[in-house]
Amino acid sequence: MTAEELYPILSPYAESQGIRLNKDREFVMDILRGLLTNERRYGYRSCPCRLAWGKKEQDADIICPCVYRDPDIKEYGSCYCELYVSVDWNEGNKEHRQVPERRPKEKRKML
Amino acid sequence: MAKKQPKIKLYTLSTCSHCLRTKKFFTENGIDAEITDVDLLTGTEREKVMDEVRKLNPECTFPTICIDDKVVVGFNEERIFKALGKLDK
Repeated sequence: MTAEELYPILSPYAESQGIRLNKDREFVMDILRGLLTNERRYGYRSCPCRLAWGKKEQDADIICPCVYRDPDIKEYGSCYCELYVSVDWNEGNKEHRQVPERRPKEKRKML
Repeated sequence: MAKKQPKIKLYTLSTCSHCLRTKKFFTENGIDAEITDVDLLTGTEREKVMDEVRKLNPECTFPTICIDDKVVVGFNEERIFKALGKLDK
């Protein structure tokens, strides 16, 4: 699968969840390419903005959409990667700020 | 006399869009930087680099940008310009 093929799948999926893909299409395509690279590398779509363990059970919380997406969108208007965003964020009604890492340190790949 | 070029190291992930933007920023501004994609490293090489990242940024998130003795975490043009000493931008 290519990023161009994935986009029309994820865009309506996001809308069905009441959220959106970031309207910066070029940025989103980079994220999707990263997701697909991780899928080829690990066998699952691990978050491209985080260092994966490479073991599905250890990366389960960061398989996209990660378990931190919804609380991050609720608090900051976007997920950690800025792939999934709220309507307000996309329309510029919510400040765009760097989303701090919500994944607990003990779950992160630190080596 | 020309100002000395700062020593810049970028710790990034090859898959990360914020990291890609960071790399592009330095390239487009004609600023030399040493780039390390940590996800492409394995074994002791990765451990060694992650030790460096941890010292600079205990959160171990990407990108971690080191400009001389200043550290910028995440892609933020304003903070990078500030660390570069280019406050007029």
